[in-house]
Amino acid sequence: MKNRLKVLRAERDMTQAQLANLLAVSRQTINAIEKGKFDPSLPLAFKASKLFETSIEQIFLYEE
Amino acid sequence: MTSNQNNSWAKAMKKNTVNLAIWTMAWTSSLALATFGPEYLWDNQALTITGILVNLGLGVGMILANKRHLNGLDEMQKKIQLEALAIALGIGVIAGLSYSLLDQKNIIQSDAQISYLLMLISITYAIGVFVGRIRYK
Repeated sequence: MKNRLKVLRAERDMTQAQLANLLAVSRQTINAIEKGKFDPSLPLAFKASKLFETSIEQIFLYEE
Repeated sequence: MTSNQNNSWAKAMKKNTVNLAIWTMAWTSSLALATFGPEYLWDNQALTITGILVNLGLGVGMILANKRHLNGLDEMQKKIQLEALAIALGIGVIAGLSYSLLDQKNIIQSDAQISYLLMLISITYAIGVFVGRIRYK
């Protein structure tokens, strides 16, 4: 699953550690999600969409 | 979602890790005392039984601390731990039974030692966590 987390984070001039703090996960988890190595759960995806004030579909792009 | 709430998550995780380390050290120390105490420190069965019971009690505390620690991890860390624990448990059961059979059928000279199994499980778990962290890096 692709995502725009890195772009959204960069637009807000936010570090991985800051985003991790805001989403209550580790920095390593943010890094793995950004690289597409780990797919977040639905609650975490909702948290991210709430934080960035956008829809989940605008952040995470499902590809078969 | 406030910054304070999220900082409290990081603080709670750190606290859980320190807590687990303290329980583990206490359990390991009590195990050493219960093992070597009767040989080098005392010659009293009541003290030996007390030492074993204290070790058992601290073991229960360590298990609960580990459970709290695992529950406090984030979802990716939980996945890494789950995979490492599954491999360690699987290898521990399979290798442990094979080792026990080798002993029962007198294929190996020495008696089977539980400590070898513990070492195997510990090493497998550590490798599992290491590989998991590399995989998601």
